[in-house]
Amino acid sequence: MALADTRTTTDAVRRALTGRRRDLGGRLFESGLLLTLLIALATLIVLLAKIFGQGWSVFAERGTSFLTSPMSQAAGRAGIWQGIVGSLMLMAFVVVIAFPLGVGAAVYLEEYARDTRFTRFVNANIRNLAGVPSIVYGLLGLTIFVELLGFGRSVIAGGVTLAILVLPIVIITTAEALRAVPNSIREAGFGVGATKWEVVRSHVLPYAAPGIFTGTVLSISRALGETAPLLLVGAIQGTFFTGSQSLLERLQGLYTSLPTVIYTWSRQPNPDFQKLTAAAIMVLLVVLLMVNATAILLRNRYERKW
Amino acid sequence: MNEPSETTTGRARFALGPQRGDVGERELVFDVYDLSVSYGGVQAVRDVTLPIRVREITALIGPSGCGKTTVLRCLNRMNDLIDGVRIEGQVRYHGVDLYHRGVDPVEVRRRIGMVFQKPNPFPKSVFENVAFGPRIAGFKGDMGALVEESLRKAALWDEVKDKLKDSAMTLSGGQQQRLCIARAIAVEPDVILMDEPCSALDPIATARIEDLMRELVADYTIVIVTHNMQQAARVSDRTAFFTVDVDEAGHRTGTVVEYDQTEVVFTNPRDKRTEDYVTGRFG
Repeated sequence: MALADTRTTTDAVRRALTGRRRDLGGRLFESGLLLTLLIALATLIVLLAKIFGQGWSVFAERGTSFLTSPMSQAAGRAGIWQGIVGSLMLMAFVVVIAFPLGVGAAVYLEEYARDTRFTRFVNANIRNLAGVPSIVYGLLGLTIFVELLGFGRSVIAGGVTLAILVLPIVIITTAEALRAVPNSIREAGFGVGATKWEVVRSHVLPYAAPGIFTGTVLSISRALGETAPLLLVGAIQGTFFTGSQSLLERLQGLYTSLPTVIYTWSRQPNPDFQKLTAAAIMVLLVVLLMVNATAILLRNRYERKW
Repeated sequence: MNEPSETTTGRARFALGPQRGDVGERELVFDVYDLSVSYGGVQAVRDVTLPIRVREITALIGPSGCGKTTVLRCLNRMNDLIDGVRIEGQVRYHGVDLYHRGVDPVEVRRRIGMVFQKPNPFPKSVFENVAFGPRIAGFKGDMGALVEESLRKAALWDEVKDKLKDSAMTLSGGQQQRLCIARAIAVEPDVILMDEPCSALDPIATARIEDLMRELVADYTIVIVTHNMQQAARVSDRTAFFTVDVDEAGHRTGTVVEYDQTEVVFTNPRDKRTEDYVTGRFG
């Protein structure tokens, strides 16, 4: 009797558990999601294939001389050296200006400022600033740095403009890294009689450093790809001569950047320049990939689990 | 200044005379008088009066949300770190009001250490965890010896002496909590505040910490917040029982309803609410 009961129960449970419910809606949804992913990937692949197909011949024919030659009207001799140098100088400005200002502002907002209506207002506006179109920063740079402060159409004006452009991003990512340090760590520091400065210097900042560096590197890559503001604050769109200038002269003189070079060449009717454009894009993409890879490596290397 | 006179009104209020104790009445370390705390205008604790004596373990017990931790964190001004906190009444430490203008919270915390609910070692080496406090306090002596002594007092030395350079995060939860106690001891405090120090630990680790507290009380004054009544009964000399009042608007305010020697609170409580709680009939 009991035995038979057990068997019928087992059978009933088996029937209930086996077989799959037909979940048509779920299947459709999953396929839809996969499709969106494929569309995004396919677009990217087509774009990359086109660029590499066009640009590869430049490297095949000219090798590294494409990287080391200056701008030229002649497609056969034109190179991106000035663009590379210009972009590097702009990066230097971004690091030197945006990093200390951004980290300082974030540490103040997160660790020192009291939570008042004013700080909430400031925080909200920093987030808004991060979303302002870059051309607006270009106008700001033109009005303030080029004209008002008299930097002229120089790499100084361009660098400062880009630094201001990425400043909100540096502040936001730094603030997030600081917020990721648990409050219990701060309390532990205060609990043994540390001052706020000792807690921030010895604990909060070191533990947040990987996040801060990752954010800064990502903001550098953002600045590296910017074109619009530089066109306004005077990156050169044609050819220009850079001879044996001193560093100071170079900072005040004419300059261009990789994205500006790409923009300039892409408007040339000569089909040879289309190839050069593609080749320059390849260089920019490789540089951006390297910068982003650095950020990812930094993050993985120092990531901390609480 | 309208400070209360030296005879603590607190004791009078609880009718707790020296004649009652067999522990004897030791010197007061803290004299909490009519302490009320509110966060952002909402009162969390009302009219707490609590004398805390030297080299005793004082336990603060009571249901969740009754303000035990809030009161504990007033004893070393840890509440200062929270925006919008307002403190009324007095927390006198050896006769000095800790909230008097001019008192430096950093100096307060150097003398009144704290161990937290969840073990919170710094993500640094075991050695650095203990050495941080003395270093910022300007300790110039033999740091190795001080670290060893602190770890020995915290009953952790034998387990970590070969891995002082390892990250503290590699230790077990119980070891981390003893490391936090060693870190608190290293600055040679006068008082150690413990906020539910065993709530994240298993029974064996809990027993070790409780043994440790009994050893430490020979040198330090200890105030412990605990949810665990058996723990309070096992380790503490005196117990303050908190309850929570809920007003019509739903605001919860904690008060102390009974404060006495632990034995008395657990065996012969004067207040019905205490009795219900300690006998497990709390509703």
